[in-house]
Amino acid sequence: MTIRDALNAALREELIRDENVFIIGEEVAEYDGAYKVTRGLWKEFGDKRVVDSPITELGFAGLGVGAAMAGLRPVVEFMTWNFSILAADQIINHAAKMYYMSGGQFNIPIVFRGPNGSAYQVSSQHSQALEAFYANFPGLKVVMPSTAADAKGLLKSAIRDDNPVIFLEQETMYGMKGEVPDDEDFTIPLGVADIKREGADCTIVARSFTVPQALKAAEQIQAEFGVSVEVVDPRTIKPLDIETIVNSVKKTNRLVIAEESHAFASVGAEISHQVMEHAFDYLDAPVKRISTAEAPMPYARNLEVAALPSVEKIVAAVREVCYL
Amino acid sequence: MPKTAAGRKTETKSAKLSANGNNKTASKPEPDNDSAVTDVYDVEQAQAEYVKRRKSQLTAIKKLDKDLLGEMLYQMILGRLFERKCAEVYRMGKIGGFCHLYIGQEAIAVGSMMALKEGDYVLTSYRDHVQAMIAGITPEAVMAELYGKATGNVGGKGGSMHMFSKEKGFFGGHGIVGGQIGVGTGMAYAQKYKGTDNVTLCFFGEAAVNQGLFHESLNMAQLWKIPCIYICENNKYGMGTSQARAMSIANIAKKAEGYGMAGEFVDGMDVMAVREATLRAIERARKDGSPTLLEVRAYRYMGHSMSDPGKYRTTEEIKKYQQRDPIALFQDSLKEAKVFTDQDFEDFNAKAAAAVEAAVKFADESPFPDESELMTDVFAE
Ligand SMILES: Cc1ncc(C[n+]2csc(CCOP(=O)(O)OP(=O)(O)O)c2C)c(N)n1
Ligand SMILES: [Mg+2]
Repeated sequence: MTIRDALNAALREELIRDENVFIIGEEVAEYDGAYKVTRGLWKEFGDKRVVDSPITELGFAGLGVGAAMAGLRPVVEFMTWNFSILAADQIINHAAKMYYMSGGQFNIPIVFRGPNGSAYQVSSQHSQALEAFYANFPGLKVVMPSTAADAKGLLKSAIRDDNPVIFLEQETMYGMKGEVPDDEDFTIPLGVADIKREGADCTIVARSFTVPQALKAAEQIQAEFGVSVEVVDPRTIKPLDIETIVNSVKKTNRLVIAEESHAFASVGAEISHQVMEHAFDYLDAPVKRISTAEAPMPYARNLEVAALPSVEKIVAAVREVCYL
Repeated sequence: MPKTAAGRKTETKSAKLSANGNNKTASKPEPDNDSAVTDVYDVEQAQAEYVKRRKSQLTAIKKLDKDLLGEMLYQMILGRLFERKCAEVYRMGKIGGFCHLYIGQEAIAVGSMMALKEGDYVLTSYRDHVQAMIAGITPEAVMAELYGKATGNVGGKGGSMHMFSKEKGFFGGHGIVGGQIGVGTGMAYAQKYKGTDNVTLCFFGEAAVNQGLFHESLNMAQLWKIPCIYICENNKYGMGTSQARAMSIANIAKKAEGYGMAGEFVDGMDVMAVREATLRAIERARKDGSPTLLEVRAYRYMGHSMSDPGKYRTTEEIKKYQQRDPIALFQDSLKEAKVFTDQDFEDFNAKAAAAVEAAVKFADESPFPDESELMTDVFAE
């Protein structure tokens, strides 16, 4: 099953399970979703449950927050997360703070979801990885799946969660396939990392876009140098399962962090800091980060490739921390 | 107090008065209700209005400089052929990312932009190739940008959605729906601030009207008399969503009344109507900075972008709108006014086709940007 279909299955199952769940966003209904994640849902569930909105991000995000405050469980799709910036006020000032501000009276059970990060040559305004931005605000949970099973299990948990959840997909990964349990009650708890590949000599912490790259890099390093690399995927950025990461570093003594966002004030910077706090004495080399270049995303294919993380860049980073 | 039909009319009247008496110049009589305007969208009715205007239009054409008329027609044809070529080379994989074509809407950009003078500014959405060329960016530079080449309009950094030229007063192709409405308002603010009588043409689609920024900007523009001409290119769809499914009223021009602003509905298939409406708006703006909202209705012949299967509309619908093709209508008038002949039209076509071929050749032969370009232009030095 593809990541796209896994997300679709999760949405479908949750629409069936709880009639307070509804989906709203641009082109989610009649068009089947700009990236087809909501394919068939409007046909099956109708206008009330799957709602095409005008292009009015601040408006429909606000509508979602209010509906959640009044007892519904909205799933708000952003055609891409770049457009969520227009809705940031409702997400950050309203959804994230409502429970706290109301002294614990009004929780906001809402999921904001859609593709995050780059997609083939869509240029500066359409290629941003925003996880660090949202993870900075208390009150928001941030989720980034990298496999079909994770996508399904985590989305179902996000919808059932009583808090606002930022659910970040990746457009270039929608077609990736993986095994997915059929069970309607299959969920993956938020805040639990997954070891995507076991290894003994070096840890790569990767998320979303960089997980398949890290796995390939690990294979290459194994084949070329006989060095075994462990790949840890936190899956949830907030809450962060730092324990699994720290345990891995304590075992391998080396850490590379691969992320699609820019490096400055990134989630990788946070992980690096927490590892320093909890496992400083275990590190045999400085932590190395691979991120997107500190420039807006260029359009030209060769410049985009140069800007983004890649298998080659991750291999080079692993070699550096392992002194290979 | 219950809202009566009469009460509603009075409201409308007082709003019109505050809008600089604009109703006199409207291209059609003020409708009694919104649904009357929906009907204008109907091809037959639009054509009927057009036929009524035709005599005065022919007179207007005869008064215009022949070179200007020739340039207007040439730019429309160039835009059409250029965009067709884009579709062709996109399918060959020469262009990446999103690519939004302008075919069917040429009269809007040509009619309005060619009414501008030196020092006026223009900006638009991601559907920007044709506006960029009318502004004076060469077809070579636009095509090379689409190819992501070093010789492109912005050196391959922007791509299809982000054409810019400071020299030509073209302030961009913008990718966030409605984003340029705020930016355009600020450009016009600066023009007034500097004491010029220049104006800004700010283009956007009908779906962008549903963004908050549209409303925030129009309010400021009227409040502070900012010389921005807001040109809503109503092509009936925002991606796969028709205006009717996304907007509570049909008449966008009427939204100007909510801000006490002059608003006008324009037939976007008639390049002369677009020109005249823009000239009226320019006159207001140059005089005392008064902004205008123009709703210009046309039709997008192609999909929203190159990746749109277009299942939300029928071929019959597309064919129906194509009956009022802006280039064909303009050519008919030019011929009837005895300005140009069929032979002239063929010459214009041949010249445009050659320009497009030259652009593709140039783009093909140009190098990709040097990798060091990745880190340039992040901050101004
Ligand atoms: C804020 C934002 N939301 C969504 C999109 C995705 N998107 C790009 S164009 C478009 C449709 C816009 O329609 P309209 O304003 O009518 O302009 P047209 O494309 O018809 O010229 C959408 C939804 C975007 N680029 N920016
Ligand atoms: Mg439109």
